[in-house]
Amino acid sequence: MTARDLLTRNNVLGTALVAVLLLLPNLATAYFVNFVMTQTLILGLAAATVVFLARYGGMTSLAQFLLFGIAGFMFGNAAQETGARGLNLGWHPWAAVAFALVVTAAAAFVLGALASRTTGLYFLMLTMVYAVIGYYVFAQIVEISGPGGLTSIQRPDLLGPPVRLYYAGLGLSVLAYLGFRAVGRTGFGLTLQGVRDDPVRMASLGYNVPLHRTLAFTLAGFVAGAGGLLNVWWNGQIDPASIAIGPTLILLIIAVIGGISSFEGAWLGAFVYVLVFTYLRDLPLIDRIGITEARFNTVIGVIVLLIMMLSPEGLTGIARRLRPALRPRTRTGPDPAAGQAPATRTTEKELGVTRS
Amino acid sequence: MKPARIDPPRTEHHNTKDGSARTRTGANPRNASSRPAPGLSAPRLRRALARLPVWAVALAVIAVAAWVVFLADGTPAGPAAEDPGKFLVTVLDAITFAGLLFVAASGFTLIFGLMRTVNMAHGSLFLLAAYLAIRVQEAMVGQSRNIDPAQVGMLDWLVPMLAGAGVAAVAGLAIQQLFLQWNEGQELRQALMTLALTVVLADQMLREFGGLAKTMVWPGAITHFFSVQGERYPVTRLFILGVAVLIGTLLWLWLTRTGMGMVIRAGVDDRQMVRGLGINIKLVFAITFFVGSFLAGVGGVLGASFAGAAPGTDGNWLLNSLVVVIIGGLGSLRGAAAGSLLYGTVVAFSPAYLPSEYSYYAIIMTFVLLALVLAIRPYGLFGRPA
Repeated sequence: MTARDLLTRNNVLGTALVAVLLLLPNLATAYFVNFVMTQTLILGLAAATVVFLARYGGMTSLAQFLLFGIAGFMFGNAAQETGARGLNLGWHPWAAVAFALVVTAAAAFVLGALASRTTGLYFLMLTMVYAVIGYYVFAQIVEISGPGGLTSIQRPDLLGPPVRLYYAGLGLSVLAYLGFRAVGRTGFGLTLQGVRDDPVRMASLGYNVPLHRTLAFTLAGFVAGAGGLLNVWWNGQIDPASIAIGPTLILLIIAVIGGISSFEGAWLGAFVYVLVFTYLRDLPLIDRIGITEARFNTVIGVIVLLIMMLSPEGLTGIARRLRPALRPRTRTGPDPAAGQAPATRTTEKELGVTRS
Repeated sequence: MKPARIDPPRTEHHNTKDGSARTRTGANPRNASSRPAPGLSAPRLRRALARLPVWAVALAVIAVAAWVVFLADGTPAGPAAEDPGKFLVTVLDAITFAGLLFVAASGFTLIFGLMRTVNMAHGSLFLLAAYLAIRVQEAMVGQSRNIDPAQVGMLDWLVPMLAGAGVAAVAGLAIQQLFLQWNEGQELRQALMTLALTVVLADQMLREFGGLAKTMVWPGAITHFFSVQGERYPVTRLFILGVAVLIGTLLWLWLTRTGMGMVIRAGVDDRQMVRGLGINIKLVFAITFFVGSFLAGVGGVLGASFAGAAPGTDGNWLLNSLVVVIIGGLGSLRGAAAGSLLYGTVVAFSPAYLPSEYSYYAIIMTFVLLALVLAIRPYGLFGRPA
């Protein structure tokens, strides 16, 4: 691949975006960077794992937020020296990080292995059950958390200032974005996509279908765990309510807003969600029509409903559909249509339109 | 829902095994077909290994039974051999809770079986019916708090129940007509849309009915206790079981003995064919959704009388329905019954027969049950791939 091949429009745009994000702490207010953008990156990272599983594996997972939470709880248990609840092991922070990631990946492996023979709706329902059971596990077992959760969790000294947490989120997000896309081109990723499209054929070709799904789920769980660590450092605490069914649905909603089969969409959806969540309640008119903070869920629910009614591919899908309409003259002929036909087909597959 | 729902015998497994065996012996072509391999050959070993999950589950069941009957010292209930009363009460708890689970899950599985729609708003309809029934009951008794069961006649319970379930049925029908009817077959899209509806409905119900737990009051005629081996047991729980059995019987009769039921069963197996025969399947879909939502509503009113209604009840009961149908197999009425019984048993037995200091771990037993069932049958006991 020559340098010229690398100079595509998307790559240039992506690099420019990352450059802007790198400079952002100098451009925007501290609140915007440390609150809005850091949260966007953390949630985007978690949502990207949902996208990864949906796009390459055809598995819509609701368990990602649970794995996100497991990492946080494990870090809290291992790193804290004193506290009202938890194991208070008092390990070195980075040992705790390694411990949290290993436990999260192991949990993802077990849960993934159990779910690996199901797909589509069954997978969705099973992972939803995982999420709720996980919530009860942390809410009821007082040794590791209990209903009050773990409070005043310190982050490692290296990430002390909030801006560093932002950079850590940015770094991990870029890494996850490039990494997930790269995985899609490896032998493993191609096999996974084959499994998504026709598990029976892949099995008869000799591929171990459940193993591929399990490993994909483990990888996604590992990345979600990394996001969960950032989240627990950002919050300074974690409680079972933060991984209950509500936040779990929010994560899926983020992935849906962005478009469940697009990696860019994960961060876009997270950005839109955090923006709406942060600024919508400040709009003057909103109070008048009764959409206050308390009714925020109604707004989010209606937005998702509208997106799903208009375009199941989310905002990126809407953008993709609008693009030819906005720029009719830049490209003529059947070129865009030809380029789009296979893409639409995979999307349909990812959205579960598999039944004949 | 009928014998047709049982999986066909899994011949393909044997085929692959034979195939691999042939290639293995094929490496030595001279005795490939003339002499079978002696002793514990590779295919036989592999067949034994394939049955490993079954043996593991059988062993686990035996171990649990032995624990409950003889060994369960230091648990809240004690070994069944020493304290049969507690054991009987736990069994009754399991069966009656299974009845409630069945009422809630049967509508869910009915809708899925015919339309392949996973109605994630099922829990919301459950809670909506519960809240509305409580409102109607308060209006009928003319008192909004501290209602005494003695004030509640049988009609003061039945009419609110029918009103709540009826509204839930109409709401379900509206959801189906507005949001699900035009994108039939796009299962995941439908599931996500109903999830979004769940979020909206939960928020609006919180606005309308507030955040405090409310309870539906049982009619005074059935709020008695009777005695089982020296333990007091409430009649209301048996009433729940009675309603569940009644509903199960009616559903079974409807599906097996009426023309509409026949169409539904045919639709479960092959929708296109039913449509091709000139049957208005859209109407059948609408009726099924109406009935399924009605059942969710009945479950909601029973649940509100049994344990109250509060924000979060919707999610709990969606979870319960999901667990039941994942265990039993989606779309199968028998599966819903079997799943309810298994799940009800685990829910009733694990707090009673886990050692006292580990009672908190009861929730993990639900997960173990799921794991055991899925290890043997990935699509549930009576299910088949969607």
